[in-house]
Parts: sequence; structure tokens; C-alpha cells
Amino acid sequence: MATIAGDRPRARGARRLSAVRQAPLVPVLILGALAFVALFADLIAPHDPTLPVQGATMFAPPFWMDGGSALTPLGTDFQGRDVLSRLIYGARVSLIVGLMGTLVAGGIGTAMGIVAGYVGGWVDQIIMRVTDAWLALPALVFAIFLAAMIGPSMWNIIVILGAVYWTRYARVIRGEVLTLREREFVKLAEIAGASTPRVIKKHILPNVMNTATVLASLTVGVVIIAEASLSFLGVGVPPPQPAWGLMLSEARPTLMAGQWWLTVFPGACILLIVLATQLFGDWLRVRLDPQTRNL
Amino acid sequence: MASPILEVHGLTKHFPAGSRLLGGRSAVVKAVDGVDFAIQQGETLGLIGESGCGKTTTSKLILLQETPTAGMIAFDGRDIATLAGAELMAYRRAVQVVFQDPFSSLSPRMRVGDIVAEPLEIHTRLDAPSIRARVAEVLQLVGLQPDVAALFPHEFSGGQRQRIAIARALVTDTRLIVLDEPVSALDVSVRAQIINQLEHLQRTLGVSYLFIGHDLATVAHISHRIAVMYLGKLVETAESEALCARPMHPYTRALFAAALPSHPDDPPAQRTIAGEVPSALALPSGCRFHPRCPLAMPVCSEADPALRLRDGGGEVACHLY
Amino acid sequence: MSRILDVVDLQTHFFSFGGERVVKAVDHVSFRLDEGETLGLVGESGSGKTTTCLSIVGLLPRGARIVGGSVRFEGEELTRKSQRELRRIRGRRIAVILQDPMASLNPLFTIFRQVAEPAFFHQQLRGRTLRARVQHLLRAVRIPSPEWRMRDYPHQMSGGMRQRIVGAIALAGGPRLVIADEPTTNLDVTIQAQYLDLLKDIQRETGVALIFVTHNLGIVAKMCDRVAVMYAGTVVEQAPVRELFNTPRHPYTRALLGAVPRLGSKEPLYAIAGQPPNLASLPTGCAFHPRCPEALPRCASEAPSDVHAGHGSAARCWLVSDGVAHS
Repeated sequence: MATIAGDRPRARGARRLSAVRQAPLVPVLILGALAFVALFADLIAPHDPTLPVQGATMFAPPFWMDGGSALTPLGTDFQGRDVLSRLIYGARVSLIVGLMGTLVAGGIGTAMGIVAGYVGGWVDQIIMRVTDAWLALPALVFAIFLAAMIGPSMWNIIVILGAVYWTRYARVIRGEVLTLREREFVKLAEIAGASTPRVIKKHILPNVMNTATVLASLTVGVVIIAEASLSFLGVGVPPPQPAWGLMLSEARPTLMAGQWWLTVFPGACILLIVLATQLFGDWLRVRLDPQTRNL
Repeated sequence: MASPILEVHGLTKHFPAGSRLLGGRSAVVKAVDGVDFAIQQGETLGLIGESGCGKTTTSKLILLQETPTAGMIAFDGRDIATLAGAELMAYRRAVQVVFQDPFSSLSPRMRVGDIVAEPLEIHTRLDAPSIRARVAEVLQLVGLQPDVAALFPHEFSGGQRQRIAIARALVTDTRLIVLDEPVSALDVSVRAQIINQLEHLQRTLGVSYLFIGHDLATVAHISHRIAVMYLGKLVETAESEALCARPMHPYTRALFAAALPSHPDDPPAQRTIAGEVPSALALPSGCRFHPRCPLAMPVCSEADPALRLRDGGGEVACHLY
Repeated sequence: MSRILDVVDLQTHFFSFGGERVVKAVDHVSFRLDEGETLGLVGESGSGKTTTCLSIVGLLPRGARIVGGSVRFEGEELTRKSQRELRRIRGRRIAVILQDPMASLNPLFTIFRQVAEPAFFHQQLRGRTLRARVQHLLRAVRIPSPEWRMRDYPHQMSGGMRQRIVGAIALAGGPRLVIADEPTTNLDVTIQAQYLDLLKDIQRETGVALIFVTHNLGIVAKMCDRVAVMYAGTVVEQAPVRELFNTPRHPYTRALLGAVPRLGSKEPLYAIAGQPPNLASLPTGCAFHPRCPEALPRCASEAPSDVHAGHGSAARCWLVSDGVAHS
């Protein structure tokens, strides 16, 4: 009748190491660099982004072209403001709005999804109908409408984008919760007498975090583009605070005139950050799914 | 004899079946149809039957996951349907469950220590050190080292996970554990470990088990008494040894005939019964087993037999007796 | 009695993490099978029994490869055949029955279509001949009213019937060897008994050889002529069935026999300590030694080789020599 007490499971150190080794280099580097730039913008940016640069002309091209100078390496805009500095400070806006907006959207959406999925019944019905109605509105138009109503400012934009984009979370999370609800370990908790808040907090929420995280990393890109679009249309973060979308908007008249650096650089930055978040999100999805993890 | 801790009288559960009939008659699945049994403190009642017999539904009714259509379940003499508030929590504290699949019954993102501690957190006001101590105590009871509490379920094998599930079922002062096919998903050598462990725990703690299974040999080994179910009704109950020595109901005999030999030279069983379990939506008239019964008589298709006493302190429902 | 299958020193390895990790799923496995014989391949999870079967028919998953040994089927060497050649053999001369009938049956096609497929491709049967053959097969597996039921879909049938239909598909090509991998695990007890009786009858009538993979020694006692017990990728013992049950040589076999409850007996079960090993990190020496109640010091350092006794029996254990078990 002897049984061995304490059969030991295998070591976890080896698995942790391999996880670090597999991290996707390019997205992490890009995002890290952008975060660094945004954080230390005050130290890195050569000039004040909102004021014209002393001793520089308007519409100066990048330094490697005729008429450019090292003082303003990427050129100046129609007010003589340094493009590089504006890009650097603009990173702040994009990152903050992108991340915070996603967090707000994710927070609302996950909460709604969990409540709809677990509680079910008419609560579920109400939440789902609201979600349907919300989704029927074109996101950007809705955002513009809200921005026009409550006035643009960085925090308002964050809240607005959160309010617009939560629905995609709610649907997906609700689906997950519907499956989770039937899993044996949830039933076990219910049988033991756990209250609904307890079940949600300890059993449902931790198990939807994977999906929520992946969804978030993939939504960041969308939110950033939305912010850029709002800025482009003039209802985003108000000037003189630089934002990449706003830079694009201001540069529109110059497209035909040949001052390409005013559109290409901000556009490239938007492209870069969205690409990085998408790649990272994709890696995360594969990494967090136990089935594809080790291939 | 001390009064039983769990008594079931006339337990019935009907499910409405998604009706394809337009207007009027809606089909009903009589998953459990008038079942009586009792479990004493410290004893194991084995519940055996094939798919559709109602054993899973019975366990759900006992665990309050479903409410009975009719009949009563009494715990320590109190009807559990009337329990509320503190008394209901006391019931949930005293009656726990261990499920079949060790890979989905433990919360994957919780540490083992937290999983085992959960009933304590729900039902008691113990402080963290006391909870940790109790968790360590109960992990050792099931043959695991206390320091496994920091690990996650996926780091353990199936057998170890079942032990964790059993530890969790014992952490409060549990009096009855419903074991729903607890070893069916485990390897043969591990099954023996778990069965021995369960028997040992019963001897030391005096906890009762409702052991639901489909393997006759395993159920007969661990149970003091066995109840055989078919299509929602009990067809025979008896003490384990008495049932094995003399199975009376033709269905019980069929189960024995279908049981695999333990040696190649064991006398070959008589040919097993033909046919399959009929759909619960279209129950045969009279005795539900009569279409497949090799000993069926005319009366069997007309009247449902009542349970009559048999040797070994049990009952059998068959017109032959 | 001709030799149908001869597996000699088979080795199959799984490669993962880009080749960094090698798991020896099948490690020097040998057994043989004659016409009309039933071989029981017994083992717990991780023993390598399923991988062995997949190796025989060339259906290994990505990342697994046969790295050594030979599989001779009716005199032909299977390990050196291309997938194209194996496709002509699979379904026609070797058939496989798996555990979950719902996974083996395509929910979109009728029973007729699925049972007819092997005969359609391998024997080029058509039209009325094909229909007659399908009905004959369904009758052989005791499906009532086959001419009606063959128009049904899998979801309209019960588990037991589906498994019998899988059996009919297996027999449709007229195989000489059927490999059944735990076909009754998901079936009710009485249905399982019917199915096993059916298999035995079919075998008697057609003389097909059967490899029955299972962890259930009761099935072995009922169905098999010879038994090979696998542990951690190796065959630790093989013998004719009576010999295995009467005089088991390997401690693992003895432990397995002691762990199974006997109907009507309350004798305490023998529980083997520990659990089946992780194939990625096997113990040194004999893979069973950490759990073996009779382990010698030698067992921890040297892996034993086969000790042969009469009529194809062998055991891989230091305690055994000259075919006699020492204690």
C-alpha cells in the first residue's frame, strides 16, 4: 500500500529561459525605443516642439539635402518648428493615448463580457444588444461626434476611444466566459459555495486574461490609428501639442509643393508603431497558446 | 444503527426535451425516476450503471446543481431543498465532490495551495497561517509533500491532480464526498494508488463516499454497498459481497457477464445481452429492461416491478422474485 | 501458420525544439505476429504503444521519425517504403481502428460512403457489387437493417454502433492485419462486451491477425493469444497469454496484475509507487527501477537486455535469467 509522498514535478527554470530566448526582437526593440523616446522627450528633443527654431528657416529640408542644416536634422515645418522634436514629443501622445485608450476599452469591454457571459439571462441580453447597437455605429464618426460634444483634450480623447472600442472585447470575452462557465473547476467552486464575485475574481478573470491581453496588443494599433485620424481631422489632441496625425494634417497643403519630409516622417512613425504592436501581439498570441507554444 | 447521513426518497428529475412536436405534447427525459437510498457515516455506496442510467444526474441533485422535480434528499435528517443561508453553507461545507477528469477540474491559473484552501476561505474565518497549516496537513494526508502548494496544476500528473482534488474535498470537515468516476481517467497503476488512498482516508477520517463508476470490479472493491441503476431507476441494491456472490436482477447479471475476466482461463461468460440502452425519450412500458431481458415474462411489459427485499440487506426490482 | 508481422528492434524518436530535445518513444521494440493471432500490446500512458502502431503503418506525426529497426509485413520491409506505397497498403492490407469513433468518422458523409471507400479505392468495386459488399460488411458487424442504416449519418447512431461501423470500414479492404488502438475505452461495459465478442467472431471467420492495444488486462485475458507489455518505450515482457498471467517474469507485469481489482474480492490492491516516467527525462539504467520493489543496485546503472525463454517469451530484467524469475 506504500505510495511515494511528494513525487516532484520537473524544474521550471529551463522553460523560463527558453521563453526569454524566444522573445521577438524587432517589435520589442521598436517599442522599447519609442517608449524611451517618449519618456525622455525633454532630454532628447533638440528644440521646443511648439516654437519656431531660432536661426532656422521655414520649410527647411532634412540635413542631407540642399538648404538643410544639422540644427534641424529632419527639417522644419511651415512655422519653422523642428520636425524631429515634434516627432519625439508626438511619440508621447501616440503611446499614451494608444495604451491608455486600449486599457480603458479593454477594461470596460472585459468587465461587460464577463458579466454578460457569467450572469447570463436578461443581463446578458441587455449588454449584447447594447454592444450590437454600438457596433452598428461607424467607430470614427462616433468618435468625432463625441469629441465635438465634450471637447478635445488628451484625456477626453482617451476616454472617447475607450468608449468607442470596448465592444470588440465584450463579444470575444463573453464567448470565452460562456465556455469557461461550464468547465469543471468553475463548477467545483460553485459547489463549494463560492459566491459569484468570488468565482469571477478567482476563476473566470485569470483565465480570460490571456485572450484579453492578446486582444489588447492587437487593438493598440487600431487605437493609435484612430487617434491619428482624429488628430488629422482636427478633433484630436489640440495644438500646439504635437501629435503625428496632426502633423500629417498640417502638412496636407504641402504635399504637392514638394516638402515631402513633413508627411513621410510622421507617416513612417505611425507605420512603425502599429507594425511593432501588431507583431508583438501576434507573437504573444502564439506564445500564450499552449498548443502552438513549443513548435 | 445510527441514522444515515444522507437519505434519498423518491428522487425524481425530469428534463424537458427540446420538443419537435408542434403544439401540445412536449417530450420529457426522465433522467431519475423515483430513487431511494441511504448512506451511513463512514460507508461507501457504489452507484453503477451505463450511460443514460441517471447516476450523473443523481450526483448533480445531491450537489444542488439541479433541483428535483419530485422527492427529497435529506442530510442529517433535514431536507436540503429547504436549506438557506448559514445552513446551506454548512451543507456545502460538509458535502464535496471529486470529478472524473483531473485535467480540467483544477483551476489552471491558481496555485495548488490556493485551490485546496478555497473551501476554507469560503466557509471559515481562519487567518492565513492557519489556512496554510491546514492545507499542508491535508496535502500530507493524501500523500503529497506540503511544499507542492506553491506549484500550478499543470506541473502534476493525472494521479497527483486527483490527489489534490481529494485534498481539496477534505480540507473542511467534510462528511460526504461524491466521487464521480474518480479513477476512470487514470492509468492502471495509479488507479490502485488512489483507491487505496481513498480507503485509507475513510478508515482514518470516517468520511462517507458516494462512488459513481462504470467498472464493476473497481466499484465492488471499494464499496460497502452497491446500487445498480438502469434508465433512471434502481434495479438492485445489496451489500457488495452479497451482490457479487448472487446478482439477482437480469441487468446486474448482464453487467457481471460483461465484466472482463481476470485470467485467460476464467470460464467464459454467457453471451452478453443484446441491444443497447433505449433512448430515455421513449421508455419501454412496464419494466424498463424487459426488451433486452433474456428472462422476460408477459407481465414484464405491463407492470413496473416494485423493489423487494433480497439477501444481503438489499432490494431488487424484478418480477422474477 | 504464416508470419504476418515481424517487428525487430524498432526505434522511433520525437524531435522538438528544433532538434534539441529527443524523446525515445519507441526504444528497441521487437515482437512478431502470425496469421490469425491476437497480440495484446499493453501499457500505460507514455509507454509507447500507440507510437509503435503508428510507426508500423507510417502515420507518425510531424517531428517523429523511425530511426532504426525493421518492420516486415508479409515479407515486405515497411520502413523503407514511400508514403505512396504505404497508402496502397493502409486500408487494404493493414487496417487501423482508433479509440474515438466520432474522430474516425466524417460527420458529413453517409455510412455507405465511408464503408464503401476502401473497397472503392483498393478493389475498384462499383455500383451493385459495391452496395452488396457494404451491406455484407455491415451485417458482419451486426448492424441491424443495413440497407436502411447505410443511408444514415454518424451522428444518428449510438457510440457502440459507430465503433462497429469503424470496424466495418477497417474490414472493407480485406486486410490481413488489423491494429485496434483502445477501441472500447469510450464504450459502455455491455456494449464493450458485445464488441469484443464481435471482434473474436470476425477473427475466427476471416483469419485476420489482430494487434490490440490496451491498458486493460481484462481485455487481454479475454481476447489475446500473446501479450507484449510496454513500459517507457520498451517491451519489458512478452509471452503467450496464459504464461503471462500464471508466471509473470517482469516486476512491472507482476505489479500491473496486482493492481487490478478482482471482481468480488476485497483484497488490498498492490499500488506501484510513483507514476509512469516522463519520456523526455528517463531514469538511468532500467527505466522501471525507481518504482521497482525488487530493484537491484545494478538496475540503476545498466539497462537490461532481453532474456529469451521458450515459444517467443522474453523479459527485460536483471532478475530474470534462463527464463526463470529470481526473487
